[in-house]
Amino acid sequence: MSGQNRTRNTGDSGDTGSVGSTGGSGGSGSLSRWFASPEARLAIITVAVFATMALLSPERFLSAGNLTSMAFQFPEFAILALAMTLTMMTGGIDLSVVGVANLSAVVAATLLASFAPAGVGTVASLPWLALAYAVAIAVGAGAGAVNGLLVARLALPPILATLGSGLVFTGLAVALTGGSAVMGFPGTVAWLGNGTLLGVPVPLIVFGVLAVVLHVVLTRTRFGLRATMYGANPLAALYAAIDTGRLLIRLYLVSGMFAAVAGLVIMSRANSAKADYGSSYLLLAVLIAVLGGVNPYGGRGKVIGVVLAVLSMQFLSSGLNMLQVSNFARELIWGVLLIFVMLVNLRGGSRH
Amino acid sequence: MNRWFGPGFWTRNETLVAIVIIAFCALAAVSDPRFLSATTLTDLLRASIVLGILAIGAMLVLISGGIDVSFTAIAVFAMYATTVLTLGTVPGLPWPVIFLISILIGAGLGMINGLFIAGFGLPTLIVTLGTLSVFRGFLLTFVGSERISKLPPEMRSFSRTMLARGTTEGGSFYALPLAFAALVLVVVLTWFILHRTLLGRSIFAIGGSVESARRIGINVRGTQFFVYAYVGALAGLAGIIHGSLGRMADPFSLVGLELSVIAAVVLGGARLTGGYGTVTGTLLGVALIVLVQNSLIVIGVPSTWQSVVIGLLILLGTGLPAWQAKRAAERAA
Repeated sequence: MSGQNRTRNTGDSGDTGSVGSTGGSGGSGSLSRWFASPEARLAIITVAVFATMALLSPERFLSAGNLTSMAFQFPEFAILALAMTLTMMTGGIDLSVVGVANLSAVVAATLLASFAPAGVGTVASLPWLALAYAVAIAVGAGAGAVNGLLVARLALPPILATLGSGLVFTGLAVALTGGSAVMGFPGTVAWLGNGTLLGVPVPLIVFGVLAVVLHVVLTRTRFGLRATMYGANPLAALYAAIDTGRLLIRLYLVSGMFAAVAGLVIMSRANSAKADYGSSYLLLAVLIAVLGGVNPYGGRGKVIGVVLAVLSMQFLSSGLNMLQVSNFARELIWGVLLIFVMLVNLRGGSRH
Repeated sequence: MNRWFGPGFWTRNETLVAIVIIAFCALAAVSDPRFLSATTLTDLLRASIVLGILAIGAMLVLISGGIDVSFTAIAVFAMYATTVLTLGTVPGLPWPVIFLISILIGAGLGMINGLFIAGFGLPTLIVTLGTLSVFRGFLLTFVGSERISKLPPEMRSFSRTMLARGTTEGGSFYALPLAFAALVLVVVLTWFILHRTLLGRSIFAIGGSVESARRIGINVRGTQFFVYAYVGALAGLAGIIHGSLGRMADPFSLVGLELSVIAAVVLGGARLTGGYGTVTGTLLGVALIVLVQNSLIVIGVPSTWQSVVIGLLILLGTGLPAWQAKRAAERAA
């Protein structure tokens, strides 16, 4: 594994707080520094994509209907991207996110379908719903802990550990369902994915809350600092008396819980759960994390970057959809974008 | 001989996989005596042709310290593009020429991977995840997304050519297609490159340590570029064989198989960190994966548990040596 990018200064993460307030007191020095950061480039790209799509198809792209439908569409893969960010920041990767999401959803769905089938009233279904969600998130946490143990205690490369465990999780979901979709839920299931709260789509709120929590955890807590330090230089983190094994297990555990939440949102939006839902989301989650400035060698990653990356991807995807571009062409564009962003970040990185 | 039966013999991945395979076959034979027949053997060999060729390529990438997930997209791209091209120009081309076209297309696509990885030094997993969707997206958008069942006649006649055929005493028919010779050829060629040429030593060396390899004067970029081009060529070959044997050019096939192929390779003992991997191990890994995919039901496990079994095998097959290595390191410290 190449390690030359690992020496990046972890002091970087301290800047995050000042990004929002640069305009007021920061002065031109920090302003120009901000413009050199990947987040700034990304903000410009996001605005540019939005403007291009708005110009190409103003009456449809800017319609209230399209804007709301976008707000319902992106949270599910955006949450997966947050899960991916957590592990990529430490120089690892979690190839099992989609498997974990589907396994959690299948478990929750099986529970609901057998104890609170479609006919049950709203009030009667709520305790079962709460239980199903709790069980799903526990499954996610358990799956994440397995990944963490494999990476931390067995010292397996994260790619291999999560590749193998991802197959196991997906396989368990297939074995539980026999490969078919689990359906027949109470109506309350739909709220998480399709409902609105004070006019704001619920999945968007879920994503917003998770993103803010993750941002605070990564920038304002010991856990976040240690995770960033580990990503920047695992050996130095070990010598700084950080229990790296415990840290990794907790990171993968949280990643698994995020994936479970994404699984629940997908289940709610599809009104069913199946072992092979969202199979294209793995590539998308990696793409968003990389696009958001997360360094695949570890040590760098900001939630704000991931949020911007999600927005630009959704604008692009939705706009291409309006321009009648096929799903296949979208896959092509995403792949080109992934490699292009890596190239740009590489040039940006080597200038320092 | 010592290389095989040295002190590490019982802890080698190859040995473990071979024992699991023998145990699996013994169990299968006990529960269904018909399992031990020429028909089963040729069925399994036939199923391992495409997987085996792809696995040999994936092994080469792992030895060089990288990982490639795009080879299935390359295989299906080369196969479909070759079929479309042949049908559109000279449908009567002899099959060796058709195969050569597919191999060249595959090598070309592999060079694109090589350009980004060797030329720009981008991480291999991210590049190949990207090119996987680029190749697939390009194929389905610009080349075509319809299944073609009317293949060029030479491809069909290739699929009908057999190395061996016959009827067992039990009365069931068996046949081994000529394509199996391609797997043998690939195995021999790759073994020769790895163990009898300087290029092979370079591949092992950069997998062990890029920096050390550079300091002893190995052309790291050139070697990496060769590896990805070679893997692309093998993928092209595997793709066209897959199309011919299946008698259909399906642009949606193969993609999704990449994880099974990598699973076979790591089961065989190749290390993701590079520098280590054997042809024998890879072939044993392929045999085990093919057995699990085709014959799980014979030993009484429902086929819905297939990917759980494969996943567990990967975790056990790679976790056990990793754990042993960690314990050995701790004891030494």
